[in-house]
Amino acid sequence: MAIGLHDSEVKNPVLRWVDQRLPVITMLQKEYGTFPTPRNFNYFWNFGALAVITLVIMILTGVFLSMNYTAHTTLAFESVERIMRDVNYGWLMRYVHMNGASMFFIVVFIHIYRGMYYGSYKAPRELLWMLGVVIFLLMMATAFLGYVLPWGQMSFWGATVITNLFSAFPLIGPEIVTWLWGGFSVDNPTLNRFFSLHYLLPFVITGVVFLHVAALHVTGSNNPLGIEPKGPQDTLPFHPYYTIKDSVGMVAYFALFALLVFFMPNYLGHPDNYIPANPLVTPAHIVPEWYFLPFYAILRAVPDKLGGVLLMFGSILIWFALPWLDTSKVRSMRFRPIARIFFFLWVISFFVLMYVGGKPAEQPYVIIAQVATAYYFLWFLVILPLLGKYERTLPLPESIAAAVLGPRASTGGGPLPGAATAKPMEKA
Amino acid sequence: MADSMAPQMAQAAPGDVPGTTKRDFLMLTTAAFAAVGVGGIVWPFVSSMAPARDVLALASTEVDISPIAAGQSVTVMWRGKPVFVRNRTEEEVREARSVPMSELKDPATDESRVKRDNWLVVVGVCTHLGCVPLGQKPTDAKGDYNGWFCPCHGSHYDTSARIRRGPAPSNLLVPDYAFTSDTMIRIG
Amino acid sequence: MKLLKVLAVTVAVAMSSPVLAAGEAPAPPNARFGFNSFFGSFDRGAQQRGFQVYKEVCAACHGMRLLSYRNLLDLGLSEPAVRAIAAGYTVQDGPNDEGQMFERPARLSDRFRSPFPNEQAARAGNNGALPPDLSVIVKARHDGANYVRALLTGYVEPPPGVTLADGMHYNEYFPGHQIAMPNVLNDGQVEFADGTRATVDQMARDVTTFLAWAAEPETEQRKQMGVKILIFLAILGGLVYATKRKMWAEVKH
Repeated sequence: MAIGLHDSEVKNPVLRWVDQRLPVITMLQKEYGTFPTPRNFNYFWNFGALAVITLVIMILTGVFLSMNYTAHTTLAFESVERIMRDVNYGWLMRYVHMNGASMFFIVVFIHIYRGMYYGSYKAPRELLWMLGVVIFLLMMATAFLGYVLPWGQMSFWGATVITNLFSAFPLIGPEIVTWLWGGFSVDNPTLNRFFSLHYLLPFVITGVVFLHVAALHVTGSNNPLGIEPKGPQDTLPFHPYYTIKDSVGMVAYFALFALLVFFMPNYLGHPDNYIPANPLVTPAHIVPEWYFLPFYAILRAVPDKLGGVLLMFGSILIWFALPWLDTSKVRSMRFRPIARIFFFLWVISFFVLMYVGGKPAEQPYVIIAQVATAYYFLWFLVILPLLGKYERTLPLPESIAAAVLGPRASTGGGPLPGAATAKPMEKA
Repeated sequence: MADSMAPQMAQAAPGDVPGTTKRDFLMLTTAAFAAVGVGGIVWPFVSSMAPARDVLALASTEVDISPIAAGQSVTVMWRGKPVFVRNRTEEEVREARSVPMSELKDPATDESRVKRDNWLVVVGVCTHLGCVPLGQKPTDAKGDYNGWFCPCHGSHYDTSARIRRGPAPSNLLVPDYAFTSDTMIRIG
Repeated sequence: MKLLKVLAVTVAVAMSSPVLAAGEAPAPPNARFGFNSFFGSFDRGAQQRGFQVYKEVCAACHGMRLLSYRNLLDLGLSEPAVRAIAAGYTVQDGPNDEGQMFERPARLSDRFRSPFPNEQAARAGNNGALPPDLSVIVKARHDGANYVRALLTGYVEPPPGVTLADGMHYNEYFPGHQIAMPNVLNDGQVEFADGTRATVDQMARDVTTFLAWAAEPETEQRKQMGVKILIFLAILGGLVYATKRKMWAEVKH
């Protein structure tokens, strides 16, 4: 672009004045107005927008909660209960924030499964996918830090157990843990730094989300068929078609969210976290929040301390390599009959791990966890690479339009037959 | 590849097809509903910054005035601010009531500022810029009018805590209070 | 769609297995408390009687440090009545002008007075056991309300072969069954002002209602608001979906 005022097409003189100097309106119009989006999205493509709105909800409620929270071991528990009892609508904000973490993970898990099923991680979207994995890791860190803040029994012992993971590293492990704690156990310095980082990380997440979306708008979205749009007949402008479709999903999502917040706010939580932290008594049965359970199960499936820790971190880090582990030319599993079966088994193994992660570390849960862990890694390291070589995939449709409109429209980028269905495209 | 298609795309929604007006009505209704929803979300956030229930519970305070002898004052904390409670001598009351209104910067009779002749209850915050005036302790400077004196910018208050000289614009504020018995007052 | 179904089923399976409390105690029976239902609200009479049971029985050992006397206004008691209740307790205040701490009658803004000044004193006075603070006890136990009620009525003779440790009592619903708290409720132990017969079961139900309110005083407001919001979302959802249908009507997808 040449140096000088932006050549704005905005009519309103005030907005035009702004847009000439800082073309945000042109940008919004291009990226969220006319942005060409595959016409065949299903409702699984709602989940990116749902994740963004959840991030906004979490930051808003979090900022307002922090106005009344006190990060000190003697006051944290009481300040949270004061929010629940005395602050106007404090209970609402806290329950939205608390259950919002769970809702965030539900949304993001589905978003990830969707990406895996439809091959959204494949070229040219590898970096888009990897940025997503970074967001997921940051989310896990933020959720863990936040869970410590109410300073209940689960907060304290969760913090103790998770920080102790780092002691598994040889030689410097114990020093790392002391450094993380800022003392010789989880105590006030730990709580203070956790609060500071819990406030910071969501803004880091926001930054990576911007990069994630920017990368998305370079390559454009994948779609259920996994084939690239070949021309305007394959796409629709993002607005109004997908703004309204995302809105449908959003209202349904809010209804589920409201059900949790207003009628069963503590269902996903652990009652022990309403007992103030006590460094002298460990609760009988420590479990992390449900969204950590699959990874926690992998940790416990390995009898070796360091091995368990490495495997647990590896179970997420391996997602970074997914674009290269999957060697198939076909993206969408709609056309991969064998891979589809193995993928569903992988999703099941994920939920099995989630289930046994919440059970005591005894038989038969240990052996189940080991089998599920083995399959978890087998899928990535063996099955996917081999399938790329040997799987016989189904024939791909010629284009998105061909698959959606029937064979008549399968004329590539040329003008469509004058069917009423194609009206929006003709006006383009 | 997606970028190359962008210029060809339609500006917005397809227009003049049958049913447009019905759709517009539907869209407006939906948008109005959504706007109501957003408004409803904003309120709890705004409200959460107003004083909480435990803060409001401390909004009134009770003072036992039986130990305060004539000519003595106590300072009590009320809503985070000092309140001066003074048991005035007859001399001080006479002094306050003999001042002609024309001499006052913020005219108010002494009778309008007290509930019982000898008891003066005022918020001890100078109406100039919020300092706490001197005059509570017997050793304090009481200013030229035998009441209170604000050391920050030199405001002089009389025995009815009315501003007499200096930059302060108005008299020391009389809070809401009531005698719950002969020896107790409730402020706020 | 198929993927959705599989997900829904797996999620349902994963979520329907809440982590059980440790110990071999049986699940407490469902006492069908009204406040646990969808539109649930507290029975004011039960709350007031429950407070009386707490005040006359439980409060000898258990504090409720997160509650203030002003909170009792929510039970439907009048302000003079609550002021009188508060004035029945003394709390420490000070220091006064002489630098001494002093005792004064409690006001509405004061927290409930705890029976013991600190944990050590509480243990010393209770044979080494610590009576837990009851402010959030119903939130702090799995299936809290049913559990508390079951525990209060769950004192039975120990089965043959069980030897109780010194100072312990046998309770059917306590994890591990050996509990330091003795059976404190006996028929007619308190005299209710409203004429309700003070059976053990009645007192247990009433005090549980009181404790459930104390743990989650926002329950009524929360559920009422939730119903309104769900109705609003149902209407908005219908409108948004109709708009979506209209918009997409001209587009085959």
